[in-house]
Amino acid sequence: MTDATADAVAPDTRATGRYLYIASIALLCAWVIVPIYFLLINTLSSPETVNSFPKPFWPEFDLGSLTFFAGFAGMLTALKNSVIVAAMTMVMSIVIGAPAGYALSRFEFPGKGLFRLLILLTRAFPLPLLALPLAVMFIQTGLDDTAFGLALVHTTLAIPFAVLITFSLFSGIPLELEEAAWTLGCTRLTAFTKVVLPLILPGITASAIFAFVISWNEVFAAAVLTIENRTLTAFLLQNLDTSPLHLKFAGGFILVVPALIFIFAVRKYLFAMWGIANR
Amino acid sequence: MNARILPYVLILPVTLFLCLFFLYPFVLVSKQAFSTGAGFTLDNFREVVSYWKFPISMQNTLLLAAAVVPVQLALALLMATMVNKMQKGRDIVLYIWTIPLGISDLAAGIIWLAIFEQSGFLNSMMNGLGVVDQPVNFLSYQHPGIVFLAIALAEIWRATAIMLVILVAGIGLIPKEYYEAAEVFGASPWKRFTRITLPMLRPSLQTALVLRVILAFEIFAVVAALGGTLFPVLMGETYAYQFDLLDSGAAAAMALIILGISIAFTLVILRVLRVPKGATI
Amino acid sequence: MAQIEIKNVAKTFGAYQALHDINLTIEDQEFMVLLGASGCGKSTLLRIIAGLETATTGEVWIGGRRIDNLSPKDRGISMVFQNYAVFPHLTVFENIGFGLRMQKLPNDEVTRRVERTAELMHIEQLLKRYSGELSGGQRQRVAVARALAMEPDVILMDEPLSNLDALLRMEMRAELKGVLAESKTTAIYVTHDQVEAMSMADRISVMHEGKIVQAASPIEVYRNPSAEFVAGFIGNPPMNFLPAKPADSGKWTVAGQMMDGPGGGSASLKFAIRPEDLRVADDGFKAVAKVVEPLGAHLLVTCEVDGQLFRAVLDSDFKVKPGEILSLTPQPDRVRWFDPQTTLAVA
Repeated sequence: MTDATADAVAPDTRATGRYLYIASIALLCAWVIVPIYFLLINTLSSPETVNSFPKPFWPEFDLGSLTFFAGFAGMLTALKNSVIVAAMTMVMSIVIGAPAGYALSRFEFPGKGLFRLLILLTRAFPLPLLALPLAVMFIQTGLDDTAFGLALVHTTLAIPFAVLITFSLFSGIPLELEEAAWTLGCTRLTAFTKVVLPLILPGITASAIFAFVISWNEVFAAAVLTIENRTLTAFLLQNLDTSPLHLKFAGGFILVVPALIFIFAVRKYLFAMWGIANR
Repeated sequence: MNARILPYVLILPVTLFLCLFFLYPFVLVSKQAFSTGAGFTLDNFREVVSYWKFPISMQNTLLLAAAVVPVQLALALLMATMVNKMQKGRDIVLYIWTIPLGISDLAAGIIWLAIFEQSGFLNSMMNGLGVVDQPVNFLSYQHPGIVFLAIALAEIWRATAIMLVILVAGIGLIPKEYYEAAEVFGASPWKRFTRITLPMLRPSLQTALVLRVILAFEIFAVVAALGGTLFPVLMGETYAYQFDLLDSGAAAAMALIILGISIAFTLVILRVLRVPKGATI
Repeated sequence: MAQIEIKNVAKTFGAYQALHDINLTIEDQEFMVLLGASGCGKSTLLRIIAGLETATTGEVWIGGRRIDNLSPKDRGISMVFQNYAVFPHLTVFENIGFGLRMQKLPNDEVTRRVERTAELMHIEQLLKRYSGELSGGQRQRVAVARALAMEPDVILMDEPLSNLDALLRMEMRAELKGVLAESKTTAIYVTHDQVEAMSMADRISVMHEGKIVQAASPIEVYRNPSAEFVAGFIGNPPMNFLPAKPADSGKWTVAGQMMDGPGGGSASLKFAIRPEDLRVADDGFKAVAKVVEPLGAHLLVTCEVDGQLFRAVLDSDFKVKPGEILSLTPQPDRVRWFDPQTTLAVA
């Protein structure tokens, strides 16, 4: 008898558990999405609505806030600066970082441990703090308040990631493929360009995008190192106290949009990249 | 090219770059912190520590880290285990959950500002439900608890994703056989989680915690967007010394204090979660 | 003409000596197999010849040309790898033609040679596919075709069949032997599988702990192992050993039996006999049967002679149960002797 009761109860509890499981997943998805949705409502509403009370829970699809944002003095320049700095960071961190990632994956050499330590140390460091002395150094070298100067600092932020990610990507390409290319008439360089590079390109793109996002989002160093040539984050930060709500929300939204796209673009690599970068 | 020299040629650019933009400024910042123009001194440290805002900003930063990091860890672990046994829709759920990874702290602050500001969505909702007639100004000095809550929520919302990614990757590395073996020996799902997942996940937990804790001490833009001057934190004070007070010596001293705390906590985490040699997968 | 000469080649990895002073000559068009257990240095030697590894000391000559300072591409070799190393981003056609394109051969020449080698390896219907769409055996064929298309002086193969299942391995073994004989290239083939080595090689170099213990034809290695290691490594099951003590009038006592053996006055020797060279006869070793395994073609009996492990391969009709005592006599001309001090064979 007891057995039969237990059998009758079990499917029920299992179904409840299943609903609970699905409900919590949905809840956690909502937890991420709903705040972004609120920002979207604010962005696609007229400035008057944004400042009114109570708020509607549907966007009215008014481009007033965005137009105001675009017209606000210096805002478009700041947006342009953000893109330029992020693009420079992206290129520099890959060009400088990828060779080191290749070296780590392919060679055993004295000093390798020390080099890895330097990389890990960089990652475990409140790096934006270093913007303070760099500000002085940049003034001496004329790099102050330039996109390139800021890109150098952002590259420092992005490089440990670039090295570790490309290291894990290169490690995923069997050395045997390169060796086969060498025996078939390739030099180290042509084996790299004809065999390794085509295989690794999607992954490299993903880590480049990651570097772009790091720079795009960085606030502290950008605020410290730029004055006239503010990036979007620095500009928004500087004007937080004084700018009207609809400007903040439109600016915030412009900051978020690339994030949505980029995370979507690199989603396949996100976990693979961290899997090995963990070690 | 000679295979003995080649690796050094390949790591040279990174090494030079990091020496120039990481080690060198680090030396500069230390020098600046320990001098006021004439020789070695602790004056800068004395100055920043004795400033009335220092204890409160230190307390705020630590409290925030203590409130945020454990919640993030628990949440990330929950999400990672939930997604681990998912078959359908795993990709889309993971994408949604990792969206905040690409969102800056400033943008996150602004997003939560839309909820907590006086004419924001929280007030609108409470008004709609008839809880309040007039919008409440949550982010003001009258409601320090709510300011703290808003900042903590924004941080949890924004930065759980990075832990999630690290933990999902880590769980993916644990061979399925261990779970099957544990199941054969009669371990319950909870036992399997505490006896297999957690211990085997130690390297990932280490990485995730170190990264998160360091970033928690650097909290700045979220606070600036939500609390402004109501909620002083260490990094914000550093920024104020540099720009509002134009005292770079004091700013450097603050920077080193943050660095010291970060290193101390990193060492503690590495010690507590250390992986015995040979016990890796 | 592509004779390969390896002169005094040694290799150390840090404190570990992988190869000790290797000397070996491989004749033009010869099929040489390097055989040994994993870690014996056979792959290292092959990789030194290929130029993927640098010898610590010594010289490698191919066709009268010293090549140990050249990069792999200038050595006139091509190689087949254990995991095939078929480029995943190229079609089968472009994989086979990869080396030819690197030599900047004209398009029609590339096509001609790719098609010919593809036909040779029976993969002409796969030319448009990518490696992800191929089975393990097909990938293996592509890897061999790619190496052959180069028309190299020397073809090097590093355990090329070890990732295939047993049946496919046997099929490929025969095919590979035929194709290589036809192509008239010198071949060096690394394996740990003695059946593969016996069936394919013109000559086998048995390697152990970084040294070549014996380099001889398969039948010679099997019949006349030059050292105890070879005798205990080759053959399945391997040779039986029993200690021998000198007796009067130049004879030796082995497990209570008197045997004719080598002279020279050694204090002790080891008697060795292959399990299949034993017969059941009245006046032989007293062997206690321990395990009886009917293997179809024959009967494998594991016994104990004088406290030593001793195996006999008998006719499958022979009736014996564990615990029974057999009397086993060695075929006199198949008995071999080893010196326990030097471990080398004694005539």
